[in-house]
Amino acid sequence: MFRRERSIPLRGSAAALCNNLSVLQLPGRNLTHFGVVHGPSAQLLSAAPEGVPLAQRQLQAKEGAGVSPPLITQVHWCVLPFRVLLVLTSHRGIQMYESDGSVMVYWHALDAGDASLVQAVFARGIASSGHFICVGMWSGRVLVFDIPAKGPNIVLSEELAGHQTPVTDIATEPAQGQDCVADMVTADDSGLLCVWQSGPEFKLLTRIPGFGVPCPSVQLWQGTIAAGYGNGQVRLYEASTGTLHVQIDAHARAICALDLAPELLSAAEDTFVHIWKLSRSPEGGYIEVEHCHGECVPDTQVCGARFCDPAGSSFAVTGYDLAEILRFSSM
Amino acid sequence: MQPFCTFTGVLNDIISTMFNRKFMEELFKPQELYSKKALRTVYDRLAHASIMRLNQASMDKLYDLMTMAFKYQVLLCPRPKDVLLVTFNHLDAIKGFIRDSPTILHQVDETFQQLTEIYGGLSAGEFQLIRQTLLIFFQDLHIRVSIFLKDKVQNSNGRFVLPVSGPLPWGTKVPGLIRTFNNKGEEVRKVEFKHGGSYVAAPKEGSFELYGDRVLKLGTNMYSVNRPVETHMSGASENLAAQTQESIAPNPLAKEELNLLARLIGGMEIKKPSGPEPGFRLNLFTTDEEEEQAALTRPEELFYEVINIQATQDQQTNEELARIMGEFEILDQPRRSASKGDDLLAMMDEL
Repeated sequence: MFRRERSIPLRGSAAALCNNLSVLQLPGRNLTHFGVVHGPSAQLLSAAPEGVPLAQRQLQAKEGAGVSPPLITQVHWCVLPFRVLLVLTSHRGIQMYESDGSVMVYWHALDAGDASLVQAVFARGIASSGHFICVGMWSGRVLVFDIPAKGPNIVLSEELAGHQTPVTDIATEPAQGQDCVADMVTADDSGLLCVWQSGPEFKLLTRIPGFGVPCPSVQLWQGTIAAGYGNGQVRLYEASTGTLHVQIDAHARAICALDLAPELLSAAEDTFVHIWKLSRSPEGGYIEVEHCHGECVPDTQVCGARFCDPAGSSFAVTGYDLAEILRFSSM
Repeated sequence: MQPFCTFTGVLNDIISTMFNRKFMEELFKPQELYSKKALRTVYDRLAHASIMRLNQASMDKLYDLMTMAFKYQVLLCPRPKDVLLVTFNHLDAIKGFIRDSPTILHQVDETFQQLTEIYGGLSAGEFQLIRQTLLIFFQDLHIRVSIFLKDKVQNSNGRFVLPVSGPLPWGTKVPGLIRTFNNKGEEVRKVEFKHGGSYVAAPKEGSFELYGDRVLKLGTNMYSVNRPVETHMSGASENLAAQTQESIAPNPLAKEELNLLARLIGGMEIKKPSGPEPGFRLNLFTTDEEEEQAALTRPEELFYEVINIQATQDQQTNEELARIMGEFEILDQPRRSASKGDDLLAMMDEL
C-alpha cells in the first residue's frame, strides 16, 4: 500500500511528453533531484527527503531559426563512472550540463540533413552506458558520445543504425555476465526494439519487432526488457534472445513512462500508475509478474513516473498541465 | 424573413472564407505551431469575414469557448489518430450548415480530400507527436465553460474530467490480464488483476471516409441543443509566470510572424456592412451592459494580443502589407499593454 506524500510545486506545468520525469538520487547527501520539461524550458529542482523543495533552476532550449522558441523533448540525468551529466534534448539539438545544470559543457546541433519538409526534426531518448552517453534521433539513428572523466572534451564517437522511425527511449544497465552481454535497448515510434552490446563499437545483438503501435518507454534490468506501448500493453522480453515472456493488458490509454528497480512501475494517460512485482519462476526460470498496487491520479494524464529510492519504496509522478510533482511512499 | 437570410449569409461568408483555397494552401504547408497571438489574429479576421460584428468582450468570450472546446477534444482523444476523426466531425457539422450552397460544399469536400491525403497515412507515432504539440498550445488554460461545468466534463477548478470508464481506444484491450509464455512461445499462465477502471472495448473503428460513422462524439456540435455560452474568468489562468514568458520576452521573430500572417490573411476579404443588407452585431452576453462590464473586468492576464498590422519600417514587408491593407479595413482596437517587450510591434503601432 502506498500513501500520498507532500507534493513538490513546479514553477511551470509539465508538458504532454513521454518519460517526462527524471530523478537523480543522492542518498549520501540526503537529496533528490527532479527534472521536468515544461515546453521550451525545463525545470530542475532538488528536494529533501520529506519533499521540501530546496533549490530550483530553469534551463532553456538553445535558440535557433524559427517562429517559436524550440521545444524540449526530454531531460535526463546520466550517471557515468566518474561524473554525472544532465542531458537535455530538443527540436534543435542536444545540450549537456554539469549535474546541477549550472554550466553547459557540450552542445550538439541537429543536422536536418535528409529530413523532408514534413518531418519533425528532434533528438529524444537519453541513456548512459559506461563512459558513453547515447541519444536517439528523429531519423532513427542513435548518437553515441564518448564522455571524458571531467571537462568538456566530449566527442561523438559513433552513429548507430538500427531504427527507421524516430527513437522514443533508450535503456541501459551494466552487462549481466557471459550469458547475457546485452546492456542497451533502444525503442522507436514503430514499436521496434533493438538490443545492443556496448563497447568501443556498439554491436546490434537482436531486434524485437513492433506490432503497429509506438513503444514510448523501455527499461532494462537483470537481463529483462520491459516495454510499454501506445495501446496500453506492457511486454517483458528476455534481452539476450528477444523472447516474449509476459504480456500485460495494463492500461486503457498509451503508456508514457516505465521504471524498473526492482519492481516495475508503469504510468499512462489513463490516469493510472501501476506497480508490478517481477520474479523468476523456480521451475522454468522464466519471468513472472504479479500486480502489487494501482494508483489513480484523478483527471490527470500522467506523463512521467520514477522510483525515488533504490528499493522502490517511494515514487514520484508528473502529469500534463499539473504544476507539481506528486509523491507516494509505501506504508 | 430578413434576419434568417442574413444569418445564412453570415454562415456562408465565414465558411467560404475559412475554406478559401489560398488560405487552406497556407494552412497545409508544413510549419511550426502558431503562437497564441498569431492564432488569435487569424481568428479575429475570420470572425469579421461577414457583416457580423462582435465587440471585444464577445470576441474574447467566443475565442475562450473555442479554445477550451478544442482543448477538451484533443485532450480526450482516446488514440492520437482520433484528432483526425475530430477534424472530420468538424467538417461534417460545417457541411450541415451550408447544405444549400454547392460551391462552398465543394470547397469543404476538397479540404477533406487534402486532409486525407496529408494525414491519412501518418503513423501512430506521428499522430502522437501532433497531439503532444497541440497540447503544448493549450497548456495552462483552465477557463471554465458553463456548458462543460453543467455536463460535468469540467471541474470547478477548470480541469477536465478524465473518466476511468467507457469505451477504450480502437486497438486497446480491456486492462486486467497478465499472460505468461515459455521459451517456445506457449502460454503457460493467465492471471487477472484489478485495474481500477471500468472499461469496455470499442464497438468499431471510426470511419475516415468522406462519409461514414465517425463513432467518436468529440468534435460534434456542442450546441445542437440550446445551451448557455457562459465562461468564468476568475482563477482561470494558472502558472502565469510560465505562461506569459511567451509575450514578455522581446520577440525578434515578430517580422517572420507578420509574414506568416500576411500570407494567411492576404486572401481574406473583409466585408463592410453596406447596401440593402444591414450589418448586425453579435453579443454573447445577455445584455449590452453585461458585455461592457465583462470588457472592463476581464483579468489582465487573460488579455488576448492581436497583432495590429499598421505599418512597419521594413520596406519589403511594408509593400506587401500595404497591398493587403488596401483590401480591407483595419479595425480600431485599443492596444493591450499586457506584454512589455514587444519592441518591434510597439514601434509599428506608433507609426
